[in-house]
Amino acid sequence: MSRRTPLRRAVIALPFVAAITLAFRLDQGPLRAPADPARPGFSLREEAEAVGLRFRHRRPHFDAAIANVEPHVAAVGASVAVTDFDGDGWPDLYFTNSDFGAPNALFRNRGDGTFEETAAAVGLADLNTPTDGVSMGSVWGDYDGDGREDVLVYRYGYLALFRNLDGRRFEDVTEAAGLRRWVNSNGAIWLDYDRDGRLDLYVTAYFRDGVNLWKLTSTRIMHDSFEFAKNGGPNRLFRNLGDGRFEEVTDRLGVGSTRWTLAAAAADFNEDGWIDIYLANDYGPEELYLNERGERFRLSTAGLESESKSGMSVSLGDAFNRGRLDVFVTNISARGYLFQNNNLRVNRVPDDGRFRNVADGAVADAGWAWGAQFGDLNRDGVNELFVTNGFISADRSESYWYAMSKVAGANARLFEDARSWPAFGNASLSGFERSRVYLSRGVAGWTDVASQVGVTDEYDGRAVALADLSNRGVLDVIVANQNQPALLYRNHPDSANHWISFKLVGTRGNTSAIGAEVVIEAGDHRQRRVVDGGMGFASQNDRRLHFGLGDREWVDRAVIHWPSGERQVLSHLTADRLHTITEPRR
Amino acid sequence: MSESISGAATAAPRTASGGGQRVALDPRYLIAGLITLVLVVAQFRYHVVGGYDRLAVALAACMLTEAALSWIDRGRVVNLQSAYISGISLTLLLKPQGGALWPFVLAGYLAIASKYVVRHRDNHLWNPTNFAIVLLLLAAPTRVSVLSHQWGNDLATNLVIWCFGLVIAARVRVLHITLTYVAGFLALNALRATLLGQPIAPELAPLTGPMYQLFVFFMITDPRTIVRGRGPQVAVTILIAVVESLLRLASDRGWPLPTAFNAAPALVALWLVGPVAKFVDLRRGVSAPRTPAAPPSPGVPGAPLSSARDSAPAARVGR
Repeated sequence: MSRRTPLRRAVIALPFVAAITLAFRLDQGPLRAPADPARPGFSLREEAEAVGLRFRHRRPHFDAAIANVEPHVAAVGASVAVTDFDGDGWPDLYFTNSDFGAPNALFRNRGDGTFEETAAAVGLADLNTPTDGVSMGSVWGDYDGDGREDVLVYRYGYLALFRNLDGRRFEDVTEAAGLRRWVNSNGAIWLDYDRDGRLDLYVTAYFRDGVNLWKLTSTRIMHDSFEFAKNGGPNRLFRNLGDGRFEEVTDRLGVGSTRWTLAAAAADFNEDGWIDIYLANDYGPEELYLNERGERFRLSTAGLESESKSGMSVSLGDAFNRGRLDVFVTNISARGYLFQNNNLRVNRVPDDGRFRNVADGAVADAGWAWGAQFGDLNRDGVNELFVTNGFISADRSESYWYAMSKVAGANARLFEDARSWPAFGNASLSGFERSRVYLSRGVAGWTDVASQVGVTDEYDGRAVALADLSNRGVLDVIVANQNQPALLYRNHPDSANHWISFKLVGTRGNTSAIGAEVVIEAGDHRQRRVVDGGMGFASQNDRRLHFGLGDREWVDRAVIHWPSGERQVLSHLTADRLHTITEPRR
Repeated sequence: MSESISGAATAAPRTASGGGQRVALDPRYLIAGLITLVLVVAQFRYHVVGGYDRLAVALAACMLTEAALSWIDRGRVVNLQSAYISGISLTLLLKPQGGALWPFVLAGYLAIASKYVVRHRDNHLWNPTNFAIVLLLLAAPTRVSVLSHQWGNDLATNLVIWCFGLVIAARVRVLHITLTYVAGFLALNALRATLLGQPIAPELAPLTGPMYQLFVFFMITDPRTIVRGRGPQVAVTILIAVVESLLRLASDRGWPLPTAFNAAPALVALWLVGPVAKFVDLRRGVSAPRTPAAPPSPGVPGAPLSSARDSAPAARVGR
């Protein structure tokens, strides 16, 4: 029996009440605010309209049989890629559109801070047709080694490869290249996996290849699990034969994942000199395919299989200045319903073969997060992280989350059939979310400074790319929003922090040096970056690598790991300039 | 979940003969083993825990709270098995923002402490795990969510859980509660879907999710917090199903409810109805004595079947 006295009751009851009060308080945030919270050291001003970047994405419309879930299925396709298609030294921007008849846009950088739209003139506008499907994104790279960047457009439909003829016109060479394949793809990357100097192509797939979303023969097209789905389309690896043709080597190389891959990125994670592939899969765990000397890939058990989430994007960056590429994968978080949490995976693969997820606090929860990129926006030598988010913004007063919670708990047989899903109507689903701009505070974690630096839009962000658009030594931010206008955030750093950039020129076919990694050392400062052939979600960054240096006025050493396997060391490099480095010839 | 197990824990130790010896099998250990098995299988097959630190923290919070409060309240530390089960339940059901561990500390403490604080006639009113989870969902929805996904969304896992659940419910003599709830859920939600002109299947789908399975087999059948008598038990169960359906109807209509009401209507319905029903039940008279000599009573599953050992203070306090 209880021996209760008023004192005992008080001893038991008071902490109970205090604990309940504490729960309410903790909902507001940490008990202690971080010290010095408001010194991002840069500001971002949205200038798209002002500089002639007028582009509004239009989403696709599919077979009426899945009208009930169309807002969900059609919630992708806004993409942005940075390229210098005309070779004038000024980065240009290519945006995809996703409705029949809606043109893609190629904005040529005039070099005076403004852009002109040239897609139709160069032959890259009208790619969204009932015959071929609609664009989901693009990746640029010099696959034929002629010094000009060509482009692969991936679609919910046929792949499309365009050869850059002279910097002013593009030729559709898909058929001749052997790439006319129907792939319901949300991503692709260029990489030279076999170190033969030629860019190969890895294309990710979402819906199965046999699914034509405009002419459905069955509505059983959805994933068969919210956590471990493997009924997506197979990803495909195409080897560049060097004569303008590509050969599919997916099965031979062992990289045909049928998870619902939304994004891929390539880098040499285990530092063995061969480029590996990292996948972010929707409805499943991430995957790391380690390259075994270009002969095949091995699906690694790097600790990724233990967390199954909804991977949306893969971003590579040196998060803690260790001279290694870490991985940031976005996921879904929704107040009260679901906290999948983003993953910030510290790369320890060269040490023990594993990644360690250290995402915590603010950086773990960016809402329904999509594309993300690492970049040193304030040039202090430490990476910031820009994350886009928001899934479907429709009626503000109506949320689909309640309906989603019913479906998510159901048996696979039910939700695999799109017709079984409750109708979306005009509901929002994690809509009207504000992009995050995370500032690294070292051991204190990451702080969201988006509103402080001027990022306040609530668009449904999908792709984000970083580029030094005005050749100022400053990274600007370009965002493609789903069914909404694209944004250009011009970056204005507060201080005169120093910087250094590298333009790498390959000499073995892959002239844009995709896959090359650079490690700089300046005093005790280290930083690694990779020239990406597609990274984030449906995006590709500036091929030139930008490093912030803080108050350091030179770089002691820069080590370049060329995709060919060549290693080049440069010493005593001057800050505040772009260094053009040509790959040593054998 | 833990509470049904405490009910099972109060069932009479079963004996088994083997080699001429009769060995007493304490159902508490069987049930604790089952919940551990569910955790282990869910973790190794579906990685459901999300970090062993969560498990350690939840277990520590529950067991330390139970030890401390029972010592303060009764002058001795009670059996910690039910706290262990609560810890596992919270680990399975709570999903925090980021890598936060404080929700497990708070939930563990609140779950166990609720048994000592919110009482009437020496009985606690709320199912402890239910109390803590719903309270956190209401107080800190920005930081906490509840298990919403399937464990793989596959039929095999569903069948395993249903089989385990049915065996446990039958053994603890609460199968009628489980079946009543399931029937009520199916009927009321089919009716709601029909009234709203929506497809019926998605409305019935949640019942196949792991959260509901844990709820229907264990939480709603908690012998320490259910009312006495088979008839009242059925009536209260139907009332819970009705309230849940009304909450869902309100969500269908887009009423501005707290997120917890949309995300976990079953848990909220039990949270609202359960303690009121228990309070009324207790007002009807003093609970039946729980003595080892008492014959089994179908209306009070678990309690009359207590062994001498199970009638220790821990059993009276409830789990």
